[in-house]
Amino acid sequence: MTAAVLTMAVTGFIAGLGLMYASKKFHVEKDGRIAAVNDMLPAANCGGCGYPGCGALAEAIVAGKAPVNACPVCSREMVQQIAEYLGITVESGVKKVARVRCGGGCENAVEKYNYYGPRDCHSIVLLSGGNKLCTFGCVGEGSCVKACGFDAMHMGKNGIPVVNAEKCCACGLCVRACPRNLITLIPEDKPIVVNCMSKDKGPEVKKACSVGCIGCKMCEKKCPVGAIDVDSFLAKIDPSVCNVCGECAAVCPTKAIGNYTK
Amino acid sequence: MPFFGFKGGIHPDYNKSSTSGKPTETLPVRVGDKFYLPLSQHIGAPAKPVAAKNQQVKTGELVAEAGGFISAAIHSPVNGKIVSISHVVHPMAGRMEGIVIEADETNDNYEPVSDEGSFQQIIQRAGITGMGGATFPTHVKLSPPKEVDTLLINGAECEPYLTCDHRIMLEEPLKVIKGAVLIKEKLNIKNLIIGIEKNKPDAIQLFKRYGREYGFELVPLYVKYPQGGEKQLIKSCLNRVVPEGKLPVEVGVIVHNVGTAAAVYEAFYERKPLFERIVTVTGAVVTPKNLRVRMGTPILSLIEACGGFLGVPKKIVMGGPMMGMAVTSVETPVMKGTSGIVVYREEDMPDLTKYPCIRCGRCVDACPMLLVPSIMDRFVKREMYEELEQHHVLNCIECGCCSYVCPSRRTLVGGFKTSKRHIMQIIKERGAKNA
Repeated sequence: MTAAVLTMAVTGFIAGLGLMYASKKFHVEKDGRIAAVNDMLPAANCGGCGYPGCGALAEAIVAGKAPVNACPVCSREMVQQIAEYLGITVESGVKKVARVRCGGGCENAVEKYNYYGPRDCHSIVLLSGGNKLCTFGCVGEGSCVKACGFDAMHMGKNGIPVVNAEKCCACGLCVRACPRNLITLIPEDKPIVVNCMSKDKGPEVKKACSVGCIGCKMCEKKCPVGAIDVDSFLAKIDPSVCNVCGECAAVCPTKAIGNYTK
Repeated sequence: MPFFGFKGGIHPDYNKSSTSGKPTETLPVRVGDKFYLPLSQHIGAPAKPVAAKNQQVKTGELVAEAGGFISAAIHSPVNGKIVSISHVVHPMAGRMEGIVIEADETNDNYEPVSDEGSFQQIIQRAGITGMGGATFPTHVKLSPPKEVDTLLINGAECEPYLTCDHRIMLEEPLKVIKGAVLIKEKLNIKNLIIGIEKNKPDAIQLFKRYGREYGFELVPLYVKYPQGGEKQLIKSCLNRVVPEGKLPVEVGVIVHNVGTAAAVYEAFYERKPLFERIVTVTGAVVTPKNLRVRMGTPILSLIEACGGFLGVPKKIVMGGPMMGMAVTSVETPVMKGTSGIVVYREEDMPDLTKYPCIRCGRCVDACPMLLVPSIMDRFVKREMYEELEQHHVLNCIECGCCSYVCPSRRTLVGGFKTSKRHIMQIIKERGAKNA
């Protein structure tokens, strides 16, 4: 009995010494702030920042390789909190929202064929440039909806995805999922958006879709602050200049400019 | 020459009898006909237009020059005027920049291509691409970076319905053979092999006669789809396996279609640029035919020349039914790679209802590239592209055997086709990150 206890105690002591030596010898200096910053991040691991997950971004922020507001999901308060903790000042950015820049749903856009293949936007695009006559517009198979990790996108009734601006965190996953590059991140306080990406001439757009931008330049003339520029038959609104008066949306003959004001 | 064969493949209904016995007819050019020439009729960079709107052009005159090394020139198919340089219908891209020419004169003369420079330069100037369907610019294939010991001429025509290569072999055997011999001599290639599937016994008989005179070996091929696939043909005739992700040059072989060989002959000896080709029009048309048509002819003219549609058309496929593309408009023009037009009615269409995979493994048996489509399909469904890459999806030749044999009618090859694009994107991003 005594022998057993003694043996165990001595073995334990020796093993403990070994462990103590190892922990001193192989000690890795780790910045305690990484764990703290990681706790402040949303833990969504969406990859929207371009890093493999929140942990990797926390490391990058602490190391100064990534800006404090690199996380697109963080609210302004959260960014502020991280910045205060690290003792950095940060410019307060405006929250952005993903906007699907096509209005050509099944009611408005002319379809070319019935599609039977794999249900994926990328597959449809390979076949004759999509199932709609317009080769710029949304093909409506919902690759962006599948990509969204925040339940902020849903397929609308007319086959065009609808973004829930409240839930959207502007992580950009849908932007990358779209084979047509139709989705753009636009500041939430500039809700006037051209819902068309067609660079075709007016008559061709008219043939393919009833809500496409025909490049008539009415909006460009009407805009009081000169935020609109019509380039290659497509109107572009510069969000940094736009004053959200809504004149362009009202004047657009094809209703291609959407007003998302609540 | 022994025949080695390849693993996998299928035996679809060939349906070649309705056109295989019919001599090629020439579709006449009428004054006022419009010809639509997309700038991208080949693999590689699109051609660059060199002619202007309202310019008068002659048959065979250059209207668009090659946009790079891997690109091909485009020539006017008729004497006429360029009406516009704008969008034309394209079977793959939907719409694409192209040249529209209106014919104002009908004659059969053409502007010859100049004979300056090397053999490859003449072929490049004549705008020749592979005539089998993949439309890879021929002059690139004729400039091998490694030593080549065998030239394989592909007369398999394994796609169901199509008979255009069969007709070329019967009607112009000497053009095919002399074209092949020309390539062989210009590139100093030792062996010349012509492979023809056994369902064309008349062509085999005919070619046998010329074998000794022109010094080529004829290999009658077992009838199986995709016998005419480049890698399958090399395995069948030479028992060589092309390494993963490599070109046939790696094993010392170049493969050309019989139509390409004939076009090379015409370009070199007759100075004729590529502005017409033979197209098989078959399926639900009143009289299926083999037609010699000018590039850019809308397929509606071809169907009208065959007496119009039989019944109500449901689907029109450009190319063969296995690898062809469904077209969305009858204005789609005939391009360099258009080997056939197949029309289907509602009643010809198979039931397309999809069921879950029952793991029967028929697709695994059918795959000529030794892939495992059943497992790959599960990865496609979950968008697990890295795993797909490890399952060698990039080796998929998109022949469609797996989808054809699937009893659950799963869209296997469609998913792989899309995944390949995704994986190429991933590889590109990976390369950019590492660079």
